[in-house]
Amino acid sequence: MTDEEIVLAPEQTYTTATKDIGEIVLTGKIRFGWVFGFAVSFLITMALFTAIGYLFLRGIGIWGVNVPIAWGLAIVNFVWWIGIGHAGTLISAILLLLKQDWRTSINRFAEAMTLFAVACAGMFPILHLGRPWLFYWLLPYPNTMYLWPQPRSPLIWDVFAVSTYLTVSLVFWYVGLIPDVASLRDRAKNRAQKIIYGVLALGWRGSTHHWARYEMAYLLLAGLATPLVVSVHTVVSFDFSIAILPGWHTTIFPPYFVAGAIYSGFAMVLSLMIPLRRYYHLYDFITARHLHAMGKVMLATGLIVAYGYAMETFMAWYSANTYEGFMMKNRMTGPYWPFYWALIACNIVIPQSLWSYRVRNNVFVLWVVAMVVNVGMWLERFVIVITSLHRDFLPSSWDMYWPTVWDWTTFIGTIGFFLACLFLFVRVLPMISIFEVRELVHHRIRTPVGSSHD
Amino acid sequence: MPRFWKSVDHLEGTPAFERFVEDEFPSRSEEWLKPVNRREVLRLMSASFALAGLTACTRQPTETIVPYVRQPEQFTPGKSLFFATAMPMSGYAKGVLVESHLGRPTKIEGNPQHPMSMGATDVFAQASLLGLYDPDRSHTVIYNGQISAWVKFLSAMALIREQHIADRGRGLRILSEPVSSPALIWQLSELQKQFPEMRWNVYDPTELGERATAFGQPVEVLYDLSKADVIVSLDADFLASGPASVRHAREFTDRRRLASASDGMNRLYVVEPSPSSTGGCADHRIAMRAVDIPGFASALSQAVSGGGAPSNLPAGADRALSAIARDLQAHRGRSLVIAGHHMPASVQAAAHAINVALGNVGQTVSYTQPVRPGGSGTIESLWSLVNEMKAGNVQTLLILGGNPVFDAPSDMGFRDALKNIKNSARLGLYQDETSEYSHWHVPAAHYLESWSDARAVDGTTSLIQPLIEPLYDGHTAHEFLASLTDRPDRSSYDILREYWETRITGDFEAQWRTALHDGVVANQVKPSTVTVTPPQIPAANRPESGLELVFRPDPSIWDGRFANNAWLQELPRPLTKLTWDNAALMSPRTAQRLGLKNDDVVELHYRERSIAAPVWVVPGHADDSVLVHFGYGRRKGGQIATGTGFDAYAFRTSDQPWGGLGLEIKKTGRRYALASTQDHHSMEGRPIVRTAAIEEFHKDPQFAIHEEPPPPPALTLYPEFQRTTYAWGMAIDHNACVGCNACVVACQAENNIPVVGKKEVLNAREMHWIRIDRYFEGNVSQPRIYYQPMLCQHCEKAPCEVVCPVAATVHSDEGLNEMVYNRCVGTRYCSNNCPYKVRRFNFFLYSDWYSKSLYGMRNPDVTVRSRGVMEKCTYCVQRIQEVKIEADKEGRLANDGEFQTACEQVCPGKAIVFGNINDPNSRVSKIKAQPRNYGVLADLNTRPRTTYLARVTNPNPELGGEQS
Repeated sequence: MTDEEIVLAPEQTYTTATKDIGEIVLTGKIRFGWVFGFAVSFLITMALFTAIGYLFLRGIGIWGVNVPIAWGLAIVNFVWWIGIGHAGTLISAILLLLKQDWRTSINRFAEAMTLFAVACAGMFPILHLGRPWLFYWLLPYPNTMYLWPQPRSPLIWDVFAVSTYLTVSLVFWYVGLIPDVASLRDRAKNRAQKIIYGVLALGWRGSTHHWARYEMAYLLLAGLATPLVVSVHTVVSFDFSIAILPGWHTTIFPPYFVAGAIYSGFAMVLSLMIPLRRYYHLYDFITARHLHAMGKVMLATGLIVAYGYAMETFMAWYSANTYEGFMMKNRMTGPYWPFYWALIACNIVIPQSLWSYRVRNNVFVLWVVAMVVNVGMWLERFVIVITSLHRDFLPSSWDMYWPTVWDWTTFIGTIGFFLACLFLFVRVLPMISIFEVRELVHHRIRTPVGSSHD
Repeated sequence: MPRFWKSVDHLEGTPAFERFVEDEFPSRSEEWLKPVNRREVLRLMSASFALAGLTACTRQPTETIVPYVRQPEQFTPGKSLFFATAMPMSGYAKGVLVESHLGRPTKIEGNPQHPMSMGATDVFAQASLLGLYDPDRSHTVIYNGQISAWVKFLSAMALIREQHIADRGRGLRILSEPVSSPALIWQLSELQKQFPEMRWNVYDPTELGERATAFGQPVEVLYDLSKADVIVSLDADFLASGPASVRHAREFTDRRRLASASDGMNRLYVVEPSPSSTGGCADHRIAMRAVDIPGFASALSQAVSGGGAPSNLPAGADRALSAIARDLQAHRGRSLVIAGHHMPASVQAAAHAINVALGNVGQTVSYTQPVRPGGSGTIESLWSLVNEMKAGNVQTLLILGGNPVFDAPSDMGFRDALKNIKNSARLGLYQDETSEYSHWHVPAAHYLESWSDARAVDGTTSLIQPLIEPLYDGHTAHEFLASLTDRPDRSSYDILREYWETRITGDFEAQWRTALHDGVVANQVKPSTVTVTPPQIPAANRPESGLELVFRPDPSIWDGRFANNAWLQELPRPLTKLTWDNAALMSPRTAQRLGLKNDDVVELHYRERSIAAPVWVVPGHADDSVLVHFGYGRRKGGQIATGTGFDAYAFRTSDQPWGGLGLEIKKTGRRYALASTQDHHSMEGRPIVRTAAIEEFHKDPQFAIHEEPPPPPALTLYPEFQRTTYAWGMAIDHNACVGCNACVVACQAENNIPVVGKKEVLNAREMHWIRIDRYFEGNVSQPRIYYQPMLCQHCEKAPCEVVCPVAATVHSDEGLNEMVYNRCVGTRYCSNNCPYKVRRFNFFLYSDWYSKSLYGMRNPDVTVRSRGVMEKCTYCVQRIQEVKIEADKEGRLANDGEFQTACEQVCPGKAIVFGNINDPNSRVSKIKAQPRNYGVLADLNTRPRTTYLARVTNPNPELGGEQS
C-alpha cells in the first residue's frame, strides 16, 4: 500500500482514534495559537459589524455600486461563498453514496465549513438591498398587502435554493454529529461538558436499533442533499443567465457554475485542512491519500471550468452577435483585463501543476495552489459580474466600478466571521467524525493487510 | 448635576442635534461637495444661526385665521391652475405659463401665445423654479454687513434723494442689467427729469459684443429660419442660447421633419471653435479658431459677392468656403448668415453684407429698433462709469441686478472703484460679491414674486405677474427705484398700473385682465424696422498661428447668475457632458501635442494673468484653441455657487472680452476629477442612432429599419395583450432634437428628481430620468455629432419586470412600465437587466427632505422618493391620470394632445411626441408610421414603446462625404 492509498494510519485503534480526536475538544487547556487566531478573526468580525452598521445608517451608496454596475462586490462575494459552501455537501453526501472511504476524515470539517460559508453568503443578498429591512418581502408569506413574491424572478428561486441548502446542510451536519457528541458526553471531564454534550446527543445510547435507524436516516439525508449540490449553484447561475446582459445570458452557466463551486469548495477545504492538520497533528487521519484525492478533484473540476471559459469565448465568436463579441473582447482587453488574465492564470494555468505527483505530494505547494484557486474563483465572479455590467448595450451608459473601503471591509469581515466560527467549531466539536474513523479501524481489522479495499 | 446630563442638554440645543433627531438617515451632510474645513465650519455655523433666526420670523399671521367659508372661484385643492407671466433674462422676456398648486408655483411651461415661446421654453426658464425656492437667496436688507430693514433703506434713500435734488443728480448713477420693461424705463425717465445730471448705465457680461459698432446703432436682429433653405452660422449658437433660441429651434426643425419620403430639408453650416448645441445639428461643421473666423467671414463675403478668391484661410477651409458660397448664391433670398453676437464687428458686418448681397434682408433677416432702449451696454460706457467712480465723481450708485464685482472685465478694477462710492445700494437675488462691496444690499424679488413687465426680442410685451408673495422680503426693481422718488412706498403693482393705465386705450380693466391672462399685451406697436447701411468690412489680417483663449458663457449656469441653481449645475453640458465644473476645453490633437489628457490641471497664462484649470478634451474642437466658460469660481452667492470651478472672468479684459491669441499652457502635474455623465464617445458601430444623407433617404426611406430589422412579432414566449383603450407611446425625432437639455430640467422639475452632487456624479449615480446621449462618430477632429434623448422605453416585453423578485415594477394595461416605490426593496436587478440603463437608484437619501423652502416647489402629484428605491421615467403618469379622470367623468376617451409629458411640452424642436398608439389618428401614431421610425435595440425583442425617427442630414454634394 503506497502513501497515496492510506486513509488512516495503521497504528490507530478504536481507543486512540476516539482519544486523539476527542481530546482536542475536551481538554481544558487553551493553546496560545488558538487564542491568537480566534482573537484576530473576532476583531475582523467586529469590523464586519461596523461596516454593516454604517451601511444601515447611510445606505448602499457607501459601496462602489452605481448605474450601470448596480451589483458589485456583494454579489461577487455571495457567489464566491456559496461556491465554497459546495464542498461540504458534495463530500458528505455524494462521496458517501459513492462509498469513497477517504471522505471520512474530512467530511465533518467540510460540512461545518459549508454551513459557515453559506451563512456568510446569505448575508450579502440581504445587505446589498436598498432597503434591507424589507428583505422578508422576498419570502412567500400571507400578508395584508395580498402580495406574493414575483415567481418569474430568479432571485426568488435563489431564496428557496439557498435557504433549502442551508437547512438541509444544517440537519445533515447535526445528524452526523450525534454519535460523536454522545462519545464526548461519555468522556466529558466536567459537568458543563456533560450537560451540554448530553443535551446535544439527544439521548444517544449506541444501541443496535439506534445504529440501524441512524444509518438509514443518514443515507436518506445524503440522498436528499445530493440534488442540492447541483441545484444551488444552478439556481445561483440563473441569477445571471436569465438576464439579457451579454456575458450573463449564457446556457452554459449552470454546469459551469456547479463545477466552479466544487472547484472552489475543495480548494477552500484544502486551504483550511492543511494548516489544521499540522497544528493538531492529525497526520494519522488526514493522510496523503486525502490530499491527493482532493488535488485530483480540483484538477478535474478545474478542467470543467476551463472548458466553460473556452465555450464562453467560442460562443461569443460563433454567435456572431455584436454585443457578445464585444463583451468577450472587452473582458480580455478592456479596462478590467488584468482581472480576466489573472483569473485564467489562477484557475487554469497554475492548477495544471496538479497533474504532477510531486506537486500533490508537497503539502506546502498544494496549499499554495489551493489558495491560488480561491483567489481565482473570486476573480471569476468579479469578472462575470462587473465586466458584463460595466459595458453593455448603449455606450452612453458605460462606466467603471471600483470597490470602496466599505466593500472591502464587508468582504474581509465575512472572512473573519467565517474563521471565527471555524475556530469555535474546532474547539467545541470534533472536527473529524469519530464514529466514522472507528468504522475505518473496524474495516481495517476485518480486512487482511495487503488486500486492497474497494 | 452629573456632567453627562449637562453635555446632552448642551447638545440638545444645537441645530446639529435637532437635525440628528429629525433625520431618518443621519450624517447626510457628509455628501456635500467639499471637505469640511475651518471656513466651512464657520459658514455652516453662520448659516445655522441665520436659520435659527429665521424660525423666529416664520410668517405667522397675526390675525385670526379662518378656513374658506366660500371657496375662491376655480380653486380646488389637488388641482393646479396656470398663470401666464414672463421670465426676463438680460432684459428680454420669455413668455411662460406657471403651474400653481394651492398658491405655490410648481412647474414652468412655455406660453403658446408668446412668439418667443410657442409653448416651449429653454433650460433657464425651467430651472428658474428652483431659483425661486432656493434657500440660499438673500433674505433681508443688509446695511454694511448688518441685518437691516426695508424701511431703514427707504429713510436712508430719502436723505440721499435730498442731496441729489440739490446737485441735480450729478453724483447719482444707476447701473442695471439690460432693461426692456416699459414701466421701468418710464420710471427711469421720470427720475432723469428729477435728476437731470443722473446717468444710467447698462451692463451684461454676456453681451459685450460689437454689434452696435458694426451697425452704427443698436438694433435687434430678427431671423426667420422658416424661410431659410441654407443657413450659415458664424459661431452663433442660435438654437440653444439667446432670447429667440426657442423660436429658432422650432423654425429650424420644422424644416427638417421629412414627414413624407419626398420631402426636402434645410441645410446648416456651422463654423465655430468649440462644438455647441447648434454645431451638433449642422450638416457641415467646420472647426476653426475663433480668431480665424473673421478671415473666413470676409472671404465668404467676397466669394458670395463674386469677389476674389478666398485667401488667408486655414488649410481645408477654402474648399468648404467656395462650396458654401455657391450654395448661398443658389439660394438668394432663401438663405441666411448668422454671426454670433460675441463675434467682432467685422464678422457682424460680413454676415450683414452677405445677407444684403443675397437679398435676404427682409426675407430671412430683419432689423428693428431695440426693445431695450439702453441696449446691452458697451465696454466704453462701463469704462466711463468706472473712471468716474475712481475719480470720486460718483456719490451714489444704485446697482439693479447683475454682479459686476464678479463679472466686470478684470482690468477695470470695478471692485476697487466701488469702494470709492459714498453710497452704494444693490438689488440682488443673492448676497454675492457685489453685495459684499455695496453699502446697502436689498433682496430682489424673483420674477415669480414680482409685478413687472418686459418685452421679447421682437417687441412682444408681456406683463409679469406674481405667483406667490415674496418668500423673503424681496423687492422689485420698480420699488427699488421708487425709493428715490417722493412716493417711495409705492408697490410695483401700483407703479405698473399707473404706467399701463395711460398706455392702454379703451376699457383698461378688461384689457389688463386679458393681458394678464394671455401673457401678452395685445395691440402693442411692434418696433419699427430699421435699415442699416452696409458697413465697410475692415480688412481682416491673417491672424498669427498659436494658441488662442476663447470665453463663452456656460451653457447651463450662463454668466454665473445661475451658479447656485443645483439643477443647472448638475445638468450635463450638451457636448462635454460635464457637470459641476468648467474646464479648459481643447481638441484631441492640441491635447496630444501638449501632452495633456482629461483631468490634468494646467496653468493657463494669458496676458500676464494665470489660472489653474482642469483640461477636458472635446472631439471636434478646433486645434490650437482653448475655450473656457464663465460663471464658475464664485466666491460668494450661495452654498452651491461657491467652491466649484475656476473664475474665467479673471482673464477677461475690456479690449478682448471674448478672448484672443497669446495663451500659454503649462502642465502642473496635478489632477482634478471632472464629473462627466458620459465617458464613452463612440457608438462602437452599433445601430443606436441611425443616420443617412438625404439622397439615401429618398432612395430608401426605410433605411433605419433595413439597417437592423426588428425580430418578427411572433417571436416571443410571452402572451400578447389586447389593449382596448389606451396604449401609450412616444416618438422622438432625431432630426428635431437640438440637444438643448430643456427636457432634462423639465423632467427634473415635474418629477421631483433630486440632485446628487458632484461626488455622486463621479460615482455614476446621477438621477436624471431623461438624458441626452451624445455620440461622436468618425474622425476625432471633424466628428459627426449625434444627440439621442434616452429615457425609459416602456418596453412591451420589459426585461426589468421579469427579474424583480417583489413585483415592484409591473406593466399596466395601458402599456406603461410602472415603478411601485412602496414595494421596491432595492435589489437593482431591474437596472442590470435594462439594456437602456435608464433606471435610477437612490443609493443614498438624495431627495432633500430637510430644506423647508423646497417643500413648496415639489409637484404634489409625484412621490418624493426615499433611500434605497429604484426610480425611472413614468411617461408622466400623473399627467396621464389627471386627464383620464377628467375624461372618465365625461364618459369619453382622453383626446390626443389633451396633455403632454413634461419633456414633450418643453421641447423647442417638438422632437418628442407622446400619445395613444391605439388611436391610428393620434399624432404619435402618425409619426410612428413614418418611414424613418425604428426602435433602439429592438433586436433584443424588448418592443420599446418609445421609438425614434432616424436622423437624416443634408450634406452639400459638392463637399461629398465630408459631412459635418
